Order: sequence, then structure tokens, then C-alpha cells
Amino acid sequence: MRKEDLETVIGLEVHVELATKSKIFCSCSTEFGAPPNTHVCPICLGLPGVLPVLNKKALEYAVRAALALNCEIAPFSKFDRKNYFYPDLPKAYQISQYDQPLAYGGYVDIEVNGEKRRIRIKRVHLEEDAGKLLHAGDDIAGAATSLVDFNRSGVPLIEIVSEPDIRSPEEARLYLMKLKTILEYLGVSDCKMEEGSLRCDANLSVRPRGAKELGTKTEIKNMNSFRAVFKGLEYEERRQKEALAAGEEIVQETRHWDENRSVTVSMRGKEEAHDYRYFPDPDLVPLIIDRAWVEEIRRSLPELPDARRERFQREYGLPAYDAEVLTASRTLADFYDECVRLFPDPKAVSNFVMSEVLRLLNAEGKDIVDTPLTPQHLAKLLGLVKEGTISGKIAKDVFEEVFKTGRDPAEIVKERGLVQISDEGELARIVDEVLAANPAVVADYRGGKEKAFTFLVGQVMKATRGKANPALVNKLLKEKLS
Amino acid sequence: MEIYDLTAHELSRLLKAREISAAELTEAVLERVDEVEPAVRAYVTVTREEALAAARRVDEARARGEDLGPLAGIPMAVKDNMCTRTVRTTCSSRILENFIPPYDATVVERLAAAGTVMIGKTNLDEFAMGSSTENSAFFTTRNPWDLERVPGGSSGGSAAAVAAGEAVFSLGSDTGGSIRQPASLCSVVGLKPTYGRVSRFGLVAFASSLDQIGPLTKDVTDCALVMNVISGWDKMDSTSAPVEVPDFTQFLGREVRGLKIGLPREFFAEGIDREVKEIILTAVRVLEGLGAVVEETSLPHSDYSLPVYYILAPAEASSNLARFDGVRYGLRVDAPDLISMYGQTRSRGFGAEVRRRIIIGTYALSSGYYDAYYKKAQQVRTLIKQDFDRAFEKYDVLITPTSPTPAFKIGEKADNPIQMYLSDICTIPVNLAGIPGLSIPCGFTAEGLPVGMQLLGKPFAEGTLLQVAYAYEQSTDHHKKRPPLAGAAGGERHA
Ligand SMILES: [Zn+2]
Repeated sequence: MRKEDLETVIGLEVHVELATKSKIFCSCSTEFGAPPNTHVCPICLGLPGVLPVLNKKALEYAVRAALALNCEIAPFSKFDRKNYFYPDLPKAYQISQYDQPLAYGGYVDIEVNGEKRRIRIKRVHLEEDAGKLLHAGDDIAGAATSLVDFNRSGVPLIEIVSEPDIRSPEEARLYLMKLKTILEYLGVSDCKMEEGSLRCDANLSVRPRGAKELGTKTEIKNMNSFRAVFKGLEYEERRQKEALAAGEEIVQETRHWDENRSVTVSMRGKEEAHDYRYFPDPDLVPLIIDRAWVEEIRRSLPELPDARRERFQREYGLPAYDAEVLTASRTLADFYDECVRLFPDPKAVSNFVMSEVLRLLNAEGKDIVDTPLTPQHLAKLLGLVKEGTISGKIAKDVFEEVFKTGRDPAEIVKERGLVQISDEGELARIVDEVLAANPAVVADYRGGKEKAFTFLVGQVMKATRGKANPALVNKLLKEKLS
Repeated sequence: MEIYDLTAHELSRLLKAREISAAELTEAVLERVDEVEPAVRAYVTVTREEALAAARRVDEARARGEDLGPLAGIPMAVKDNMCTRTVRTTCSSRILENFIPPYDATVVERLAAAGTVMIGKTNLDEFAMGSSTENSAFFTTRNPWDLERVPGGSSGGSAAAVAAGEAVFSLGSDTGGSIRQPASLCSVVGLKPTYGRVSRFGLVAFASSLDQIGPLTKDVTDCALVMNVISGWDKMDSTSAPVEVPDFTQFLGREVRGLKIGLPREFFAEGIDREVKEIILTAVRVLEGLGAVVEETSLPHSDYSLPVYYILAPAEASSNLARFDGVRYGLRVDAPDLISMYGQTRSRGFGAEVRRRIIIGTYALSSGYYDAYYKKAQQVRTLIKQDFDRAFEKYDVLITPTSPTPAFKIGEKADNPIQMYLSDICTIPVNLAGIPGLSIPCGFTAEGLPVGMQLLGKPFAEGTLLQVAYAYEQSTDHHKKRPPLAGAAGGERHA
């Protein structure tokens, strides 16, 4: 079998921590980063005699997510116990959902090379997170001591299981990005892979192109960033294709992504096949979901990324690429919408946001809401340019300060004396001085060198410290050189 | 009669009239504990100082003229599988021998708010698995009526404490008969309420879908008083029922004329001691004499109760007891690696019967066996429940023996788990159906051993059970008899 004749099949299991204030079965806080074992109580520590009570907000968030992922909400579902021993699992079982999940049968659309691809979602279910282990050593077997932090124990999770519809590591990355964007839009999770609030396991197999049957799959774990998901799957895809091309068989197993060595490593022998002995949790009553409540949640869903992107194209006349970039995060899209409301020139706003705003956000690795910049600032700044008070170039300088300090742009302009020089007499005098000081360049221009003109504009700008009205400078130079 | 022989409602009158203080009463009961505990061994832990302090607080409240409920100042005992803040809660297991919970069970909280005085924590079969207290990791409690015999179980300590005057009343838990069977063997009143009537929060789970907390008392009136305090929906327990709680004392004194009573023939068949059967039928005739209409009926799936129970209860237990892993609390046996630590902690921490049930339950839930065992058992459980539903379309109350035999000798069944499991043959179907069941003293065998009659009712019809039990009690005097304990002033050996 040649590698070129093989096709990759990927399914993802994504765990997302829900951004509820309290845990799923007790009232402890879900806050990330608190000192170890400070957000715990008898319930999330699994002490003898305690009982779980479902946090209705967690259920609501799960339903919101499932609806946004186009799933059906099961009118009847239940919680099951997944039994296994591990020191981070205080009850020695995880409350999860087994054969009757909360939601099923959804999909997410992604765009791959300009083409729409639909990735079906098999199920979405609710469960509780485990605690976190810290080893004084590599792992629990080799550690001299291991410590457990139960702050995360009982944080609500949803597990989103895709059908094996993904055909490449790049599609997997796009699917994951899309999930993240949708969940962020919903406000149900902050989806931070680095904090573990979004985690992703994958099943990958390869098969002859056009085959109906799936090949033997491996499960890949420990991919802790979007990049790792892409890299890990790319590695595993190559490994399997090469193995098949060499006539070897794929072994069904769990493999760990080793970030440092950029390889997947077999977990065989380390992690035996578990029999989780699932059975319905007798401490919780079945989930019987009221249709009217589901519809109420459906009505309250915000505009989702796809709808918003289409609206940006339709309403604001933006190109597809710009609309995509501006709707990639809800906060940025909200920012843009508000700017346009205050300064109704969608193109001017998108140009500025896509160049200046994103440049600084990316440089600082921040979200727009974590900066002092407001839509009012940007609208005012663009207004100053439009009135001719400052030039576009000055606007960029002023913007950097606004971005850092949150000060009023008009005040900065006034304080730093950045008001544009539009006085024709004053500018004519400066233009004359520049021409007098650069006779050789003037001669070049007259000899047909167009570039010389740009140099002269630059010299005028330099002399005015960028404050000269560029249109006027052009006009004056043209007049004087003709 | 001595002070410790009195019932809660009798003592309540004395306390209200200030003929006795709560502190004096508590002292008297603690003295009784000192006197008979070496023989009976009902308690795992006696909380002497805390009890006296609580009693003094009640006396002070009374002195301030506060309006106190009928149980204020009444000394009582709690089965040692209900969590008590600052007081160790052992489940009579090595694995929790030194476990001190940081919180109170809901029932403990409610009883404290009612002003009751906890004397201590009572012995049980380890994790409530057993019918004799012989499975306690610490010691076997003796039946106050015959110290050579078991008090029943698993709430044997709670039953013996009340029978011996070491507590005015107590709480037990009942998964397959663990309140009713010891109540029957010790001649006290024991009620397993409807599943969901009383919060399970803080009860260390054995089998969550079957466990229910209830009172063990000296008479029916006390049972109603305790139910008034412990019943009702609890936001901490999703399986507690949002059903209104009546004043259970209002059912006492209502006549039973015209009430329809069914006798399911399967509960009077082979396996039931001849003498026990006769005593029950004599008791039924008393009710008939009061105007109740009695008929024979059938619960055809009863035979399956025991196998169904011994799949479902161990299955749930295998999961419920998995948290005792040596990681966070309780016993830990240090070992070179994690898996050996788990294995050694749990082998050393759990007794033979608990290990046996964990293994049975783990097997029943295993992949490949789940459908044949757990799932099938759930289906049969539904059939058993439907038998009761049908019977209650026709009858207000069903009557059976509580225990197929009177108290057996210590050691008699200890090596034969099946014989021991049969002790609960009459009580197990009731837990599977989730309905209320009450055991009331109804006589003694020729050997002087108590026999209890089991009354069964519709879901949440505890009131009807109390009504019938009270009518019977008022027509008889079995409840007034006290065991002939050495050093005690109460009665001679009954014969
Ligand atoms: Zn908690």
C-alpha cells in the first residue's frame, strides 16, 4: 500500500470545563489558581456519607453548548458512575453519563481551503472533573511523594465527542478552533488549553482511500495546546501510514504525545484496559429536561460565529477574510460592532482594527477586554483623522498610547501638539525649504525618477514631525515641481 | 420503673413539669450505661461530656422560658454509620476506626436542633452489612433479653441500647431490614420510612438506592415523635422526597375498624419458625378484634427478593466503599507502590463479609456480566415493586413476621452467610419496593425471646402504620416489658 493511497480518519473527544461559579455537585468555587485544597468541602473530597446535588447552572451551560452545536437534547438522561481507583479521584468513581447522554446528533461546520466541511457531533454529556496530582518525580510510580490538589475536583465538564469525520490534522485544528470560538461566544467556558479548561484526546486511523471500513485506531492523549494537537496528529498520521506502507500492522493502543521529543509514545503495559463498571448513580435522580426550558435557552443563544461572519459581510460589506478575522473571538467582534455603531465607516474601522489593534493585541498576547482600550477611544481617534485634525500616521502613534494608558485620544493630541498642519501658507514655506535643500533630488524627479517625489514628501513630513496634512503636501509639491 | 425505663413522651412530661432536669436524666441514663454496658456492649463510643453539656444547655433554655419541643433533653443514641462532627464515626470498621467527620448528618443536625442529647454512637455490623453485629470489627453486641444471643443487625447496637435502657431512643439505618430485624429481636419499635422520607445526607452509604434512616423506640408514640423531627425534604439529598410531612402523632388513637389488612402467604410459608408464625397470627387476631378486615393475599415475586438484593446491594456497595482507599483519611497500610497500598489497606481495613460483598458487587457490574446480573436484578426489582402496588390497591396494610426466627445464638450462623442472609427474608422486599415498614413487639416465645410483627404500608403512609401499631400496642402490654438484665431493677426474666 502506497502512502498516497491512504486516507486519515480522526475523531476528537474534547473536554471543556464549564465557567460556572460553583462546582457541579457542591457549592465550592471553581476559581482557577487558588492555593491547593482551599476550594474543597466534604462533598468534593468524597468524604463518607456525602451526596451530590446537581448545579442547575452547569446543566444550563451544557444545554446551551449542545444547542449551539446543533444537538438534540435528550428528554431523559441520567448520571452514571465510572468506577476506577486513582488518587486524584476522591470517590474512586467519576460521576459521568454513559449510555444516555444529555445531547446527541449535532454538527460543526468548518472551512478548509475555501470549502465547507461538516463535522458531525455524536454526543455531548456532563461530568465532573478530578483533582490534580503533583509528583516529586516523573510520575506516580517513580515519585518519592505525590501531592493531590482537589480544587479542580467536581468542576463541571462537558465532553464533546465527534464522529470520525475529520480527515487531516489541519481539519482537527480547525474543528477545535471552531469549538473554542463557539463556546467562548456562548460564555460557557473560557476554553484555555494552557489552564486545562479545554482538553483534547483523539482517535486516529488510516485506511485505503475510498474504503468504507475504518482501520485500526490509536488513541492519542496529552496534547495540551492547539499546536500540540496538530503536531501530535501529524506525527501519528505519518507513523501509521509509514507502518502500513511497510506492511506492518497497527496495534490498537493509547499513545502519549511527548511534546519535547515530538513523538507519540505507546502506553502499552503502563495503562491496562479498564473495566469501568458503569452503572446508574443511585444518589442522583434522572435528568428529565423540560422542553419549554430548552426552548427558552435556545432563544437566549447569542449570535454565533458563522451567523455573525455572514452579517459582517452582508451588513458592513467586509471581505470574507476580514469578517473571519473579526469574528474569531466574541470580544473582538463585539468591539468592532460597537466601534461601527459609534463611527459608521465599517471599512475604516476594520482596516484600523485588523492592522493596528490586532498587531498590539498579538504582540502582548492579550484579549481586547483585558486592555484599557474602548470602542469610544477608537471611534474618537478615527473621527480626528476624518476631520483632518491628525494624519493617519499620527493616529497610529496616538493609538499606541491610548492602547497602553486608556487616555482620551483628543487629549493626547492636544498635549503633544500633534494637530495636523493644514495651513497652506505655512506648509508652502516648508516645502520651499525642502526643495531648496535637495536640489539633486529635485533634478532626479524632473529627470523622470518618480521615487524622488516620495522622498521629498518624506522630508516635508520629517520637517513637520509628521504633522503635515499629506494631501496638501502632495498638492503643493506637485504645483511647485511642475 | 426506673427513670431509664421510661419513654420519651413520659420523660417529656416530667421535664416540662421540672420534676427532673435534662442533666439529671442524662446522668441517670449514663449511669445505666455504666451499669449494663459491660454485658450488653451496645456502644462504640460514649460521648459523656458532650451529652452532659448538651443536657445543661437544654435546662438553661428551659429556664429562660424557651419553647422546647417534646424531645428536648431526651438522651438518645446514633448508629455509628451516621456522621457526627467532632465525634468519630467508625461504621464499626477498622478502616474508619479513627475517622472524625467534619460535618453532621442531616438527621443528627435535626435531632440536635430539637434539643435531644446524644449519649453515643452504637455498634453495627461493619458498614451495616449483617444481621447480628457479629460482623462488627470491634465486638459483638449482646441481646439484652438473652446475653448469649445476638441483638440482630445491622442496627444491633441501636436496638440493644434502647431495650437495655441505655438510650431512650436511637437511630438506625435499614438497607434490607437493619432497623426492623433488630427491633424485632430486642422487643422495641423500629420503623424503616419510605425511601426518600428521611435525608440520607451524612449516612455512610451501603446501598444508596435501599438505605433509609429510621427510629428505634420503646413505643409507637415515641416513634411518631422522632419521625416528626427527622422527616422531610433536604436540599443536600437529591433522592429525598419533596413530600409534605404530617404531624405523625395525629394518627395515634385513630381506630382501625374497617381497615383492610392483607397477609401475604409467601411470608408465612416454610422457613418461618412455627412459634413465630403463631405469635404473629395471634397478634393479627387482636387487630381483627378491633374491627380490621383481614384477608390472605399474595406477593408472587417475593421468592426472588433475596437474590435480587444480593446483586443490587453489593453492586452499589462495591462502588460506595471504593473511596476507602487509604489516600485521604482512615486506615492506610504503607506499601512500596500505589496498587499494593490500595490492596493492603483494603484487605486489612475491611472484614470478611464486607470483602465478600465488594467482590460479589464488582463481579455483578463487570463488563459481560452486567446484563445477566445487575440489569436483570433491576428488572425483577420492578416486578417485586409492582406486586406491592397491586396489593395496596386492595389493602391498607400488609402484615408479616419481621424476622423468620427469634434471636439466635452468637456464633450460630456466623460461618454460614446464606443462613445469615435468610434472617432478612421478610424485610428485604420492603427495601426493594421502597415502601415503609414498621416492626412492633407482639409477644415472646416459650423461651422468653421477643417476636416482632411487621406492618407494611403504601409509600409515605407511615401514618397508617403508626395508627395500626398504636391500636395494637394499646390493646397489649408487650411494649411495657423490660429485659431482665443483671444489676437492673427492671423485671425478672420473662417466661
Ligand atoms: Zn466542594
